[in-house]
Amino acid sequence: MTPLAEELLVTFVKIVIVVGALLGGFSVMTWVERRSLAFMQYRLGPNRTGPFGILQPIADGIKLFFKEEVMPVAANKWTFLAAPVVAVATALLATAVIPYGPPFEAFGRTLQIQIADIEVGLLFIFAVTALGVYGVVLAGWAANNKYSLLGGLRSSAQMFSYELALGFSWVTLILAARSFRINDIVDTQAGGFWHWNVVVHFPAFIVYFLAATAEVARIPFDLPEGESEIVAGFHTEYASMRFALIQMAEYINMITVTVLLANLFFGGWHSGVPGMPESLGGFPLGFVWWGLKVAFFLFVFIWLRGTLPRFRYDQLMQFGWKVLIPVAAVWVMTFAVLWVVVGGGPR
Amino acid sequence: MPSYLPIVILGAIALGFGVFVLAASHIIGRPRPDARKLSTYECGMPPVGTARERFPIKFYLVCMLFILFDVETAFFYPWALVMDTLGIYGLMAMGTFFLVLAVGFVYEWKVGAMDW
Repeated sequence: MTPLAEELLVTFVKIVIVVGALLGGFSVMTWVERRSLAFMQYRLGPNRTGPFGILQPIADGIKLFFKEEVMPVAANKWTFLAAPVVAVATALLATAVIPYGPPFEAFGRTLQIQIADIEVGLLFIFAVTALGVYGVVLAGWAANNKYSLLGGLRSSAQMFSYELALGFSWVTLILAARSFRINDIVDTQAGGFWHWNVVVHFPAFIVYFLAATAEVARIPFDLPEGESEIVAGFHTEYASMRFALIQMAEYINMITVTVLLANLFFGGWHSGVPGMPESLGGFPLGFVWWGLKVAFFLFVFIWLRGTLPRFRYDQLMQFGWKVLIPVAAVWVMTFAVLWVVVGGGPR
Repeated sequence: MPSYLPIVILGAIALGFGVFVLAASHIIGRPRPDARKLSTYECGMPPVGTARERFPIKFYLVCMLFILFDVETAFFYPWALVMDTLGIYGLMAMGTFFLVLAVGFVYEWKVGAMDW
């Protein structure tokens, strides 16, 4: 094979693995979420389909495919149809530059489960997550339903506001790593767990975690879907697989921010224990540490949902603008001053 | 291989996936529409008017603030990248910019642009 064909083949296999893992992760997450929430509320949750109800996502998928599609006559047809596709496409696109697990040796070359290792990794994610707002706004507007419109407006305002804090929380990481590449930022955290960015950049971590939760509209920031006020927000009029695509986009976004959280702040695939062997019998142990971190933080999102009530919308907006953004901005300048005072970090 | 080609391929696959799912659902699903079902959902009441109405200007204001501050956040990115080589000069330059930014932020806060 020519080198280009070989590269294309590798890229294609990576895309299949990543997209497959994300869609599989989405299915499993819906089940884990419903089961865990049920246990937190002294219920059983879905437990009839297969052992422990594990086949529930498949049953849901089949059901949704066979469901009747309903589109209100008042809706703008093509925008209404385009919105779920835009939502899921932008959600998948944002996952392109994220490394999933450590580089490893196989087939005589060094591989890593990462679709594109570009220089401007974080900047790319910043840009594409901003595009994600389109799916929500288009869905909310096209349905020509007052609840949808309000939900879409609320979502866009919320995502805009918290994206600023999200963007600011990355600046100090870039400063310390001298790179936009996520791989470089992960590698600055090698060694003991006290090198993890969650220790060094603790305020940035707090800002990132809160802003990311708001960005993917999880409780306590799930105002776009405030059931008690605006039914289901921007996807009130969606049914069948159109609804499933929107839901899929939300879960993929949630997995994206969680993987970023593990990579940027919790050392990614580094164990955090000095002297820990890199691999066991040829298997890179980095996958285990990385997987544990990601799984834990995915569970944290469910845990929050089972624990916290919802913000009020004015509280949400004021918190974003008057607390998170100033804290993030002041931390950036504080860190820069410290950086110059101590004469730069380790190279 | 150009480093952005995989992203283009992924984008095409992602779009294709979305369209495929919608088409499959359209072919498999069995619609039995009627006038009530296709009317706009308003909690079971007959729908009143359309949603193409005026909405609070607050949302517009937030978007304007977002554009301003998003561009300014973007300024911090390249600065952070080369902060090491700029040293104290970079700090002073960004400090000045940050001060201007802070004045604008405080002004917006005081005129109530951030009160919901």
